[in-house]
Amino acid sequence: MNRRRFILTGGLLVAAPWLPARATPDAVAEAIHAVTGGVPLQPGRVRLDLPAMVENGNAVGMTVGMDDPAASVRSLHVFADGNPLPNVLHATFGPAAFRPQLATRIRLANNQTVHAVAILPDGTCWTASVDLVVTLAACLE
Amino acid sequence: MARILLNVPKQVRRGEAIEIKLLLSHPMETGQRRDETGTIVPRNIIREVTCTYGGAEVVRLDLFPAISANPFLHVAARAEASGDVVLTWTDDAGLTGMETAAVEVV
Repeated sequence: MNRRRFILTGGLLVAAPWLPARATPDAVAEAIHAVTGGVPLQPGRVRLDLPAMVENGNAVGMTVGMDDPAASVRSLHVFADGNPLPNVLHATFGPAAFRPQLATRIRLANNQTVHAVAILPDGTCWTASVDLVVTLAACLE
Repeated sequence: MARILLNVPKQVRRGEAIEIKLLLSHPMETGQRRDETGTIVPRNIIREVTCTYGGAEVVRLDLFPAISANPFLHVAARAEASGDVVLTWTDDAGLTGMETAAVEVV
């Protein structure tokens, strides 16, 4: 990492408006850095569908993906900043994928922000996030 | 691994999407929970899932404890020629599983 990239990344992490004051925003930033290698995140292109109001945090339907054809995404990553661990899933799409999209069910421990990061073959990183309210938290105790 | 549900269409037109839906019966124990004696229940989650169609990779997933118990997955493959959709997975206890479904492309 050269000096220019270091300053750029540091500036982005400080200025990133989507980082809320939660228990583990640093952990999320670290986890995102681990997959992007410090490439700046740009909002847009990736879609993250989650309900804004969650009644049961034990199983929340989530769809994450991009509208572009499958070849245009290297990998998709999802992070949750209010869970005990920041990582939710990492997905790599192969040549047989119809579209770079997947649906699954996730656990959410608190009111929090969920982030999706897509890494494209050209190295750019795109992000989307959803703020949500969780009525019944996923049982951790 | 008690129950595995893999749902794919029997017939798909060439070039269209094969919607692949997988439901596994698995506790996805997070490693954060304590039992009634106060000891931590050891983590046991499915941490890797791969999906291929006709030998080519559709998606490869690394999962974390934030995935719900009895994980559900919905992905789509491009129908090029008749072949098998194969899903494989591995959990922390070292158990691996595989499920196959044939798709006919018309």
